Amino acid sequence: MVIYGVALLAFSSLLGLVLGDWLGALIGVKANVGGVGFSMILLISLTAWLTKRGWFQPLSASGVVFWSGMYIPIVVAMAAQQNVLAAIKGGPLAFLAGAIGVVLSFALVPLIARIGRPKRPEEK
Amino acid sequence: MIDLLNQAFVKNGLLTGFVVVGGLMWFAYFLADRLTRGRIHGSAIAVFGGLVLAYVGGRLTGGKNGLADLPVFAGIGLLGGNMLRDFSIVATAYGASFDDLKKSGLPVVVALFAGVIVSFLCGAAVAVAFGYRDAVSIATIGAGAVTYIVGPVTGAALGATSEVIALSIAAGLVKAIIVMIATPLVAKVIGLDNPHTAMIYGGTVGTNSGVAAGLAATDPKLVPYGVMAATFYTGLGCLLAPSVLYLATRLIFPH
Repeated sequence: MVIYGVALLAFSSLLGLVLGDWLGALIGVKANVGGVGFSMILLISLTAWLTKRGWFQPLSASGVVFWSGMYIPIVVAMAAQQNVLAAIKGGPLAFLAGAIGVVLSFALVPLIARIGRPKRPEEK
Repeated sequence: MIDLLNQAFVKNGLLTGFVVVGGLMWFAYFLADRLTRGRIHGSAIAVFGGLVLAYVGGRLTGGKNGLADLPVFAGIGLLGGNMLRDFSIVATAYGASFDDLKKSGLPVVVALFAGVIVSFLCGAAVAVAFGYRDAVSIATIGAGAVTYIVGPVTGAALGATSEVIALSIAAGLVKAIIVMIATPLVAKVIGLDNPHTAMIYGGTVGTNSGVAAGLAATDPKLVPYGVMAATFYTGLGCLLAPSVLYLATRLIFPH
């Protein structure tokens, strides 16, 4: 049934977020640390385990796949409720503080991506 | 008649949200197809359209939730709120490869630390350039350049003024919005076309909503990898900014 997939997804999400809150409290930080990440690992492991035993049928999977397909529209709805006005009102200081960091972060990505990537023969 | 219609839209807010976002998506994909011949991804235009609507909403109501502050569009707030956002992001992990995730472990840790520290330094440097000389304000604005959550958390912990906290939130918002818009444009240049780089990107850039929307507009298949790494970014920022990074700032500006 479709609800099995939705329920499994909701269960993984909840448990992961709780773990993230705990980890945050544990290291004394007022934020969720890794919650969505834990939820994802839970979902991947649970569905793999259940599928191997034949307990996770395609119809159940469609309950997960639907929500994964809703992701982009949900992100668009999220964009539509950002405080764009405050970002613009922050003036040049806020703009530069945000923008310069983004540019440098983007520039770092290809550099850090070299670590741990399987080396090609032409690289030493 | 108009009243009745209006009432129905408000009462069934989530359904109104589906219709509005569905219409926006259709229009964005139509524009992407006709105007840019698919060179700019439809979802990138849709996200940008969402931001424009958020600005319009903010101008009309003066509130801070963009379009969702208009009662008719309150359902957008539920649809794009944290609960459904996290729920659908987790769903994208279905079918992601565990091995790809594990392989990138160490470089992601490097990316997280490098991303938080570099963003903090940029924000702090800009604060100094604009005349701030006290460590609390400099660190709070630096923290805002990490994410718009790290900024106020740090500001509250250090006792920054509300003006500085507002600036730090604005810096974080600017970052998230630029990431949303710029990611699909620079994706090719930074090699963002595989799970490994997506995780590094998520760890370095970090701001949750920016990464989520930026990757969606680049390649939805990469979303779970980037988000998986980014999910630790704000937490790490909240850990480092009010402690180590603030203390380092105070060494240079001892007030």
